[in-house]
Amino acid sequence: MAKNFKDYDHMRDAFVDAVTDLADKDERIVMLDADLSVCINSGCFQEKYPDRFFNVGISEADMVGVASGLSSTGLIPFAHTFACFASRRAFDQFFLSANYAKQNVKLVGSDPGITSQMNGGTHMPFEDIGLMKMVPGLVIFEPSDSVSCYKLTQKAAEHQGSTYMRVRRKGTTVLYSDDQEFELGKGNVLNDGDDITIIAAGMVMVTAALDAAEMLKKEGISAAVIDMHTIKPLDEELVLKYAKKTNAIVTCEDAQRANGLGSSVSDYLSENRPTLVRRMGINDEFGEVGTLDYLQKRFKMTAEDVVINVKETLALKNK
Amino acid sequence: MLTDKDVLALEKKAVQIRTLTINEIANLGAGHIGGAMSVVDLLTILYHKWLNVDPKDPKKEDRDRLVVSKGHSGPAVYATLADKGYFPVEWLDTLNQGGTNLPSHCDMNKTPGVDFTTGSLGQGSSAAVGIALGNRLKKVDAYTYLVLGDGESQEGQVWEAAMTGAHFKLGKLIAFTDCNKQQLDSYTAEIMDLGELDKKWDSFGWHVQRIDGHDFKALDAAIEKAQAETEKPSMIVLDTIKSKGYFPGEGQQANHSMAISKEQAADAIKRLEGQVK
Ligand SMILES: Cc1ncc(C[n+]2csc(CCOP(=O)(O)OP(=O)(O)O)c2C)c(N)n1
Repeated sequence: MAKNFKDYDHMRDAFVDAVTDLADKDERIVMLDADLSVCINSGCFQEKYPDRFFNVGISEADMVGVASGLSSTGLIPFAHTFACFASRRAFDQFFLSANYAKQNVKLVGSDPGITSQMNGGTHMPFEDIGLMKMVPGLVIFEPSDSVSCYKLTQKAAEHQGSTYMRVRRKGTTVLYSDDQEFELGKGNVLNDGDDITIIAAGMVMVTAALDAAEMLKKEGISAAVIDMHTIKPLDEELVLKYAKKTNAIVTCEDAQRANGLGSSVSDYLSENRPTLVRRMGINDEFGEVGTLDYLQKRFKMTAEDVVINVKETLALKNK
Repeated sequence: MLTDKDVLALEKKAVQIRTLTINEIANLGAGHIGGAMSVVDLLTILYHKWLNVDPKDPKKEDRDRLVVSKGHSGPAVYATLADKGYFPVEWLDTLNQGGTNLPSHCDMNKTPGVDFTTGSLGQGSSAAVGIALGNRLKKVDAYTYLVLGDGESQEGQVWEAAMTGAHFKLGKLIAFTDCNKQQLDSYTAEIMDLGELDKKWDSFGWHVQRIDGHDFKALDAAIEKAQAETEKPSMIVLDTIKSKGYFPGEGQQANHSMAISKEQAADAIKRLEGQVK
């Protein structure tokens, strides 16, 4: 059955639908939540598979531990909570019981970065990417639209080993065609270009990068845009190719600049092909409450901010 | 003991605080109404009878401190503090807006009168234990009050803190559980049954009482008894109603966070005012 990705009002619906479709075909798929099932809208999974859905209440560390145990019996658990709690609250359990113990836990953190908006600074995960990157061998995904969310959820299930995926809860977009293929660890070039490459992850920043490329085009600047939906392992081949092609890179993420996607890009390039890399992201600050619009301006994450960073980087490149 | 006149005064105050809370959330359009409304009576009696605090000197060293561990009740805390004179009532209109001093979850660095930052459920319990320990060490004669949610009590950290509080014999630590039988997804008994909370706390070595959390006389007597217990920390389990006083939410399953229009707010406030003669 072909999916109509345009029907999803929220990215979370693409996620839950993907897990439900996977569960239809594979009885090892189970789902867990920690009292945020309403928030991710997983009630439809629970209705269809009441025996395969476990709401453990407000106990995230417990949830990740339970998921690890379920995994050791051969099941494939998708465990959801807000990204702040998935990373910060349950990190030791995810590190040890899920990853060090080589289990197969699909951890999903919703409301990543500034998209936690009204829940404010306490709930705003800017550090989850950095924390998760430090877990050896862990695969990290961040979809940018409904299509990538659905298909990366499939990739997570197929992968043998634990994964962490950031899923936007409310709001979504469609950037990809229905038949777009996704490969774990292979970024997608959304827009080709010659002067500079923008490497972005997540809906907020991929959308801003695409808008920025449009704006730059009008000024005669040709910017490539890459959706790096797999943050780890990094698509080194693609990074190298575009470093050689454009000799300048701007990375964009809805997370701390420290130890994020941009760091991975510059770590790799500094050892293999030193290239100018400007890393956009949160600059060692905590989050705060506000609308998405307010926060995007507050943390300099708008398309206009991408344009400014591109121009400054090009000025350096041409010096 | 409270006289009937005292009770009436507290009831009137609680209506004022509920009114401010409803308007605060309606002004934004949506928010955590359920868990805010269920703790208003507790906040009312604490700030208008028991807490040794000074709104003009919110950081005075020997103040009693209150940790609202279920930090999403911020809107009720802000309404109580504004009404008490900690900051202008107009601030309530800035709830959750960019640059506000009143974020959705309690923040000690932003809001005058807030004693600890919360928002990640469970964490306030240990912080309250630390405050009570610190005050004892520094010979500051003050009470530490802690407010937990019943859903929040599913967090392991709450029980780690329970052990720590009992082990260090924190007689000046007085905790409440806002036991409104509901959490975010649904009823606590359905999501993760807490069993008999009072017996659990008792077995963890606390002095335990269980009362109607909307009955001022019972609240008053329970706090008095808790203060009289000097060897053990105290837990007062409050049987409460989620969304109490915001009628469209009372008895509803989906009352954790609700959209509230100005008209709905006005209607609810009218009914609320009609309840106090
Ligand atoms: C560690 C953590 N997990 C999840 C949440 C999201 N959350 C906020 S309130 C809430 C439900 C709280 O239920 P309860 O403690 O009973 O509070 P009340 O019903 O009084 O609002 C949840 C799950 C959170 N803030 N912190």
